Amino acid sequence: MAQALVKTERDANQRRALISRSIFLIPGLAYITIFMLVPLGFIFFYTFLTRGTYGGVEYIFTLENYTRALDSLYVGILMESIMIAAAATLLAFLIGFPTAYAITKLPSNWQNVFLLLIVLPFWTNFLIRTYAWIVLLNTQGFLNKGLINTGLINQPLEFLYKPGAVILGLLYAFLPLMILPIYSALVRIDPAMKEAAINLGASPSQAFRQITLPLALPGVLVGAIFVFVPSIGNFIVPELLGGGKTVMVGNLIRDQFLKARDWPFGSVLAISMVVMLLILFFLQARVNKAVLGEKSG
Amino acid sequence: MKKVGSKLGWLKLPLYGALLFLYLPIAVLIFMSFNESDAPFTWTGFSTRWYGELISSPEILTGFRNTLIVAIAATIIAVVLGTLLAVGLARYQRSAALEAIALTPAIFPDLALAIGLLTLFTNLNYALGLDSVIISHALFCAAFVTAIVRGRLHQIDSSLEQAAADLGDTAVGAFFRITLPSIKPALIAGALLSFTLSLDEFVIAFFTNGPSTPTLPIVIYSMVRFGVSPEINALATLVLLTSALIIIIAQRNLKVKDQI
Repeated sequence: MAQALVKTERDANQRRALISRSIFLIPGLAYITIFMLVPLGFIFFYTFLTRGTYGGVEYIFTLENYTRALDSLYVGILMESIMIAAAATLLAFLIGFPTAYAITKLPSNWQNVFLLLIVLPFWTNFLIRTYAWIVLLNTQGFLNKGLINTGLINQPLEFLYKPGAVILGLLYAFLPLMILPIYSALVRIDPAMKEAAINLGASPSQAFRQITLPLALPGVLVGAIFVFVPSIGNFIVPELLGGGKTVMVGNLIRDQFLKARDWPFGSVLAISMVVMLLILFFLQARVNKAVLGEKSG
Repeated sequence: MKKVGSKLGWLKLPLYGALLFLYLPIAVLIFMSFNESDAPFTWTGFSTRWYGELISSPEILTGFRNTLIVAIAATIIAVVLGTLLAVGLARYQRSAALEAIALTPAIFPDLALAIGLLTLFTNLNYALGLDSVIISHALFCAAFVTAIVRGRLHQIDSSLEQAAADLGDTAVGAFFRITLPSIKPALIAGALLSFTLSLDEFVIAFFTNGPSTPTLPIVIYSMVRFGVSPEINALATLVLLTSALIIIIAQRNLKVKDQI
């Protein structure tokens, strides 16, 4: 009798725990499933279908979309996109690392102020920040005026509508996403480790190379992914600063869905982009694990 | 400021250089928005006439109204979903996989989310309009709210909630009486962040919006494609300052470090 009571009470507790768990978890997870996971499933499914005459798809199975994506035209665009996104990422690292390092050297209340200054532009309107470069770099823009006034050039230079302008725009847009994770990796490094290295006879630059750099690596990789991922799928910067002359994967996908209305082919391009990014995430997780493992070992 | 940088040495160069790089284009834009002339690149004198013209543009006002509706509605949905999910993940089901899924909409390429949502709405024969933008924006906004609230939940002690549960309070009761008051700053920060993200979001809105209900970023997009004009400069200045102000208020509820 008593045992039965205990049992029913335990059952009731378990049931209550299950109900509360469901109340908290199910709405959000269901939302993500319906509006992200299922649609991604659709996109993957579409890659095997035939385009409809007026957009949409026809349910005729084919692998043609994949073979078409291997056309040198599209492979070329993918390669150029990777190069541009990689260049923006590399530049973001070269500027972002010393910037993040400098912030860690500030008094801690100033660190927060400078971090806020770094991230603030990132949270504002992306289109407007890109547009601002047109105001600055246009042939009649401020940079050209300044250069002509100082007598460095006679004729205005065309800075825009080149791959370089696209790289600059992407670097500008996503630089804060490189600085933040590097900063957070750097501040977590125990200063005692560096001191120990110096006490054991390492020079400051040796200590920097052998302690600081490797321990900052996970932050650098997160930053690299944070810059590379939104860069490669971007279509606004190539359009506004590249003037449509530099076509990236993002432009191609956008056009397949909104202009050419070839959804199956657009889906192949989108899935290739997503798969490439998943591989990057996987590699980052592996390196992260290796570095952290080394530290504890 | 001199004192702040005194220990930096040569590191001053990248730090101030990066800040100059980040703020120079914005500064030039704001400066030019007060230009009297309608020649976009020649400074002729100070004037606020372009701000006046904004108010008389029906296109911009409609866009502004649409954006406001979307941002408010998406934020409400995102705060409810994101908070529940964060509490669920922190207190009821610790799972790295579920956490990754919950945060994915925040880091996934917006273009991939956008075409997915477009495909879904088309398949359901759901007419595109402000409601489809609201649904779509709530998706990634909720992920940001989840991240912020979860970060806060990890910092605070869960023993009070356990005590409430031990004393016979229901999970929902404990949530309203104990958890909710303690995560209030994170909720405010999450809501403000969600609001600005929606306010400025273009790519997903561009794909999931109907033709008759452009949001402000869509109006801005159609304007900037035709080049530089003083009117865009004025509009851009207002939009930038609004977002910056909201983010600064959000930061008062939260340390920048917590966002990473």
